Amino acid sequence: MVNTIQTIGRNTLDTLAGIGRALLMLLGAIFSVPNVRKGTPLLIKQLYMVGFLSLIIILVSGLFIGMVLALQGYTVLVDYGAEDSLGPLVALSLLRELGPVVTALLFAGRAGSALTAEIGLMKATEQLTSLEMMAVDPLKRVIAPRFWAGMISMPLLAMIFSAIAILGAHIVGVDWLGVDSGSFWSIMQAQVSFEKDILNGAIKAVVFAFVVTWIALYKGYDCVPTSEGISKATTETVVQSSLAVLGLDFVLTAIMFGA
Amino acid sequence: MSQSLVEIKDVTFSRGDRIIYQNMSFSVPTGKITAIMGPSGIGKTTMLRLIGGQLKPDSGDILFAGESIPKMSRSELYQARERMSMLFQSGALFTDMSVFDNIAFPLREHTKLSEEIIRIIVLMKLEAVGLRGARDLMPSELSGGMARRAALARAIALDPELIMYDEPFAGQDPISMGVLVKLIKSLNQTLNITSLVVTHDVTEVMSIADHVVILADKGVIGEGSPEQVAQSESPLVQQFLQGLSDGPVPFHFDAAPYNQDLLMGSERG
Amino acid sequence: MNSKKIEILVGFFVSLGIAAIVMLALKVANAGMSGNGDTYSLYAKFDNIGSLKVRSPIKVGGVVVGRVEAINLDPTDYVPVVHMKIATEYSNFTETTSVNILTSGILGEQYLGINPGVLAHKDMNGEDELSEMFGLEEVKVLKDGDFITDTKSALVLEELIGQFLFNQSND
Repeated sequence: MVNTIQTIGRNTLDTLAGIGRALLMLLGAIFSVPNVRKGTPLLIKQLYMVGFLSLIIILVSGLFIGMVLALQGYTVLVDYGAEDSLGPLVALSLLRELGPVVTALLFAGRAGSALTAEIGLMKATEQLTSLEMMAVDPLKRVIAPRFWAGMISMPLLAMIFSAIAILGAHIVGVDWLGVDSGSFWSIMQAQVSFEKDILNGAIKAVVFAFVVTWIALYKGYDCVPTSEGISKATTETVVQSSLAVLGLDFVLTAIMFGA
Repeated sequence: MSQSLVEIKDVTFSRGDRIIYQNMSFSVPTGKITAIMGPSGIGKTTMLRLIGGQLKPDSGDILFAGESIPKMSRSELYQARERMSMLFQSGALFTDMSVFDNIAFPLREHTKLSEEIIRIIVLMKLEAVGLRGARDLMPSELSGGMARRAALARAIALDPELIMYDEPFAGQDPISMGVLVKLIKSLNQTLNITSLVVTHDVTEVMSIADHVVILADKGVIGEGSPEQVAQSESPLVQQFLQGLSDGPVPFHFDAAPYNQDLLMGSERG
Repeated sequence: MNSKKIEILVGFFVSLGIAAIVMLALKVANAGMSGNGDTYSLYAKFDNIGSLKVRSPIKVGGVVVGRVEAINLDPTDYVPVVHMKIATEYSNFTETTSVNILTSGILGEQYLGINPGVLAHKDMNGEDELSEMFGLEEVKVLKDGDFITDTKSALVLEELIGQFLFNQSND
């Protein structure tokens, strides 16, 4: 009994200490004075690693998810003679939910795990310590460019995902199933609001980008510097950031679209 | 003023409940090669991190060129670190840069030299470690010994006053070991760099060291020139230098008496 | 060098992202037309708003001229009040204008249909042309915040069926 309580207490303290370390890392990275001359090439490199390399998986999954949405939506809507509403159905579900959420999950799997593994490996091979001994702050040099690259890339990826998925839905709905192209777009335009739907979706994407990148960087930075520790940290990144995204999505949806 | 570049004064350091050093003192003479030796697991690497200011001692003081490392602010510490460098066990080359860029890295970070001058300096440093031909390779394409030499070139890029070698000979074949021994010696003489070598490869380091410090039991058990240490009467020092399997450092990890342990096992079973 | 290729690919990635945002904004949400134009408010009371929602379109002859901004219940007489935002370019509605709650298709969305009635056309002198031509008493132009009084509520299927059955039993 006492042991159980002790375990709870220890876990609580460990968790709090972890959150504290993660916060310190984030503050050190965000509030470091950026150096444009040195920082820009680093940021571009990370935009490539984090953003461009995630593009393929985002494009392919977006296309297929849009096509599946159109197919499933059509079979239901056609029974009520409402297949013209396929456009708004697809667009709203993508912009409000699937775009940001699925992108964040894919991003955690593709870019987040890679970030954790890379930083964990840098820690294990003493590259981070070596930076510090060379009087270079690893938070500025390693963490900050990766953080900003994640914050820029993921919302862009979410937008690309939604756009390509709507095109996929158009291919299936209009070209294949014969929904009228004019009504597909015009009813969509009548139903989708820029402020309410696209902007709120973009806000979600920014929040998810923050959470996923933060967790990925922290897990790598804080991992036990052994091969076992790195693999554990990588798994934790994917699991924890996916759960955080889904949990936050509910909260954000309740705030944005609930009332 | 100083005969010693680094002075460790009365340092106590503990990690959790475990005391690693208790009231330890020794000094690293300027311009000489100092070897810190000791059995594994007594925190030799920790010593280097204390000098580098990555860890702070519980009490006592560490002086680098007369200034106290633990009392330095963050920016002062970073300035001090530009005057020292460290060669890590794994080399710690940046895996995403070529050998050339790795060595140019500290120059690009801490100086405003033009690329043309940086190129010349980098080639000079690579020549010193015999890797000028390998400048365009990536670290993953280097052998362990070459990686360590490349890392050494990076460590001397800014012409530091102090180089700390963390187990430079660990896991090296005899040839690369010979190369590294020769490099440490020649860098020390030609550049007049103070060198601090942490190792447990006794024979290699005894041949080049000017000053030897042997650590065990939370403190210094022997200090002096290699000859003085070799003459030491301390059984612990002798056991370490000669590599005896049993002695003051017992072969057996602490345990209950052997036969008692065996009998207890059968009772439980 | 290698960094040039990376810069090109990152440039490609960022432009693709911006293209996606532009496409979503213009093609999907049509933000260019709606949303940022000037609007003015009109109000209308209905007995029953059916399933009319905030942001439902307001149409004249099928053309969208505005959207429902809010739907509230009048605190004094407990009648639903619909707050309409209408683009300022359609500001000639008069008090003869009527507004109905209509349904697109049998099961479609409900929207507000405005029947403009007599419009106020201003000539160069700013006088009411209609009143001159027909000698009618002046028709008041609806201004920001005015109520449209001539309204027809939503058709509620249950009420329709109820009426139909009632009429049948009377016969």
